[in-house]
Amino acid sequence: MTDAAVVPKKRMSPRKRAALVRYVQYALLLLLVLFIILIADWGEIRRAFLDLDIAGAQFPNVIVIALKNTIIYTACGFAFGLALGLVLALMRLSSVGPYRWISTGIIELFRGLPALVVFLVLGLGYSLAFGKQLPGGNLGTVTLALGLVGGAYMAETIRAGIQAVPKGQYEAARTLGMTHTRAMVTIVLPQAFRVILPPLTNELILLTKDSSLVYILGLSLDEYELTAFGREAMNANANLTPMVTIALCYLLITVPLSIVVRRMEAKSGKAR
Amino acid sequence: MTETTVNVDRGAAAIDVQNLHKYFGDNEVLKGIDFHIGRGEVVCVVGPSGSGKSTLLRCVNMLEQPTSGTILVEGDEITDPDADVDALRARIGMVFQSFNLFPHMTVLRNLTVAQEKVLKRGRAESVEIARANLEKVGLSDKADAYPAHLSGGQQQRVAIARALSMNPDMMLFDEPTSALDPELVGDVLAVMKSLAAEGMTMMVVTHEMGFAREVADKVVFMDGGVIVEEGAPADVLGNPQHERTQAFLSRVL
Ligand SMILES: Nc1ncnc2c1ncn2[C@@H]1O[C@H](COP(=O)(O)OP(=O)(O)OP(=O)(O)O)[C@@H](O)[C@H]1O
Ligand SMILES: [Mg+2]
Repeated sequence: MTDAAVVPKKRMSPRKRAALVRYVQYALLLLLVLFIILIADWGEIRRAFLDLDIAGAQFPNVIVIALKNTIIYTACGFAFGLALGLVLALMRLSSVGPYRWISTGIIELFRGLPALVVFLVLGLGYSLAFGKQLPGGNLGTVTLALGLVGGAYMAETIRAGIQAVPKGQYEAARTLGMTHTRAMVTIVLPQAFRVILPPLTNELILLTKDSSLVYILGLSLDEYELTAFGREAMNANANLTPMVTIALCYLLITVPLSIVVRRMEAKSGKAR
Repeated sequence: MTETTVNVDRGAAAIDVQNLHKYFGDNEVLKGIDFHIGRGEVVCVVGPSGSGKSTLLRCVNMLEQPTSGTILVEGDEITDPDADVDALRARIGMVFQSFNLFPHMTVLRNLTVAQEKVLKRGRAESVEIARANLEKVGLSDKADAYPAHLSGGQQQRVAIARALSMNPDMMLFDEPTSALDPELVGDVLAVMKSLAAEGMTMMVVTHEMGFAREVADKVVFMDGGVIVEEGAPADVLGNPQHERTQAFLSRVL
């Protein structure tokens, strides 16, 4: 390499080229941000989205009614969905043919339908057809609807989790004299749930958002969850600030859950 | 352990297999097995891969459902449709090639869970029995460890202790040392030898010919789903009569 200087300068090295491309990207981004800052009407934006008086007026009801109800609806739907999902998963793995067919049918049906359709049928459809609400009123309806939608998804997750537990675990348990049920409850399911905790938590996040569909049932004021609450306040004030408020409330639930999922995934990734 | 009633009319049979056939679909894997293990006997089952050794072992405790034939365990017919298979299984210890310890439980819990859930023993009694068996396999200090933190040889010894904690009438071993690094095989075989010396009835599928020769009362050679030859280790391993036995032994010895 002694006479490298004599050689006519070659094309830029790949590393230099990559660095240049990166600088250009940063510069473009900076220009874009500057442009938006200059062109935006900040006073107007603040008035429409961040009116502190309107935001303040949402408290405490946005927490003690709306956030509380979102959590209740989601928790009830998730609990029912988890139980249903477990039953469907075990039916799917059953040696009894009809159990497998029934469970496959239910799973495919509720995975295939938009959640809104399920809410419409169970809420409006049911009361139109039978002249009364489902038992448990709106809470019963939202539990059933979210549970069916979530349960159908969770069934497949749980089934995969059970199948991921090596067959030898079940056999070792049976060899020790455990019944089928005892072996599943004590040996197989605890190991399965360890694997599927992250996807189940993701499902909880999805259900948190789907719980907003309850608005089509026609809620009384004290049944408002975040979306219904925000919508009402948005209309009343002709302002978007309430929506920003409820958005933050949703994130208050979902972001910690996401962090938990990521932690669990990092941990199980390391364990492997 | 004192046995007060001895089942006289079955002789001293711990395991009695009569005309056992097993199909997987159209594939006949066991083609009429007659097989007998006396109380306190150690029987080693040897043979080439795919000859049906594991299947025979797994039929004895009904992990595989025999297609036809009769199996008596301590005089009780485990193949009877009305038999309480779970209760019979609790009396038959089994050790797998792949250990199959419960990874979500400590070593101690691995040893106590079935005592409590199946035999309905109290916590204190289960722990006491578990600790005694851990000591027997030389792993008293690992009671609170999780299986993932043990070597293969240690895991297999825990698996043996787990089976022993049920106070079984007999033990089945399916290639207990085949998944182990060579230097760990000895510890496991030593535990099995001391078990044999205590008079435990044992049925051992193994490729360890040295163990078979030293410990077994009887060696059974299987090939193609039938028992080709059986008898004292010195005869079957030292002076095989059948051509297939000779061919197999010349390959493994
Ligand atoms: N669950 C099963 N389904 C279908 N076929 C099986 C099953 N288990 C075993 N077999 C077949 O039965 C035959 C005997 O298998 P088995 O495991 O009993 O042999 P083995 O003597 O234990 O062999 P190895 O020394 O390799 O363990 C093999 O051909 C195998 O493919
Ligand atoms: Mg085998």
